[in-house]
Amino acid sequence: MIKVNYFARLRELTGKSDETIDQQSMTVRELLDWAETTYPGFGKETVHVAVNEEYALKEDFVHSGDICAFIPPVSGG
Amino acid sequence: MKQFEIIETPIEPQKYTDYVLHAGAGAVTVFTGHVREWTRGVRTLYLAYEAYVPMAEKKLAEIGAEMEMKWPGVKVAIAHRIGEMHISDIAVVIAVSSPHRKAAYEANEYAIERIKEVVPIWKKEIWEDGEEWIGGQKKYPEKGPEMK
Repeated sequence: MIKVNYFARLRELTGKSDETIDQQSMTVRELLDWAETTYPGFGKETVHVAVNEEYALKEDFVHSGDICAFIPPVSGG
Repeated sequence: MKQFEIIETPIEPQKYTDYVLHAGAGAVTVFTGHVREWTRGVRTLYLAYEAYVPMAEKKLAEIGAEMEMKWPGVKVAIAHRIGEMHISDIAVVIAVSSPHRKAAYEANEYAIERIKEVVPIWKKEIWEDGEEWIGGQKKYPEKGPEMK
């Protein structure tokens, strides 16, 4: 199981703050593709993924037990 | 207070100034970012900030470490507030001390630029006739946000 968190626009789009995906392993790219398919309008081209609180590359792997977060463009400050 | 923190209560800048002040400090710069009423002709009623808190605090600490590498001798404390904020409220405070003036100014500006690049905090503007999450519509860079 892979846990994913949603924030800001994506939390409103998905209607949830988090959920779990029943997968053992997938790449960040596959995770973004899954999100785009599941939630049309997700905007995977502008969304980063953090794995266990660190920015990941699209080629990186996500494994069962990891905590992921979809990070839309940040705007702090 | 913590040296790098996300808080839900009003920011008290003096706490962060006091934190970075020490006998070797000849200069302290304190930047406070405030909620602005007008942006490009649109009037904001209030802002709502949210954060991925544990990661945001970790990234703030990393920015602090970057600053200490680039400007030896600086001491820094940063706080960002989340939740609803109204006009003129403080959203962020960055306090930097250093032995000399120039580093304190430069390091402080570096901190706010890095916050806007890598810290997972989001701002929603609420207007009289609508609302919108603010964020650059940047395409996903090949290597992710620049990790220094």
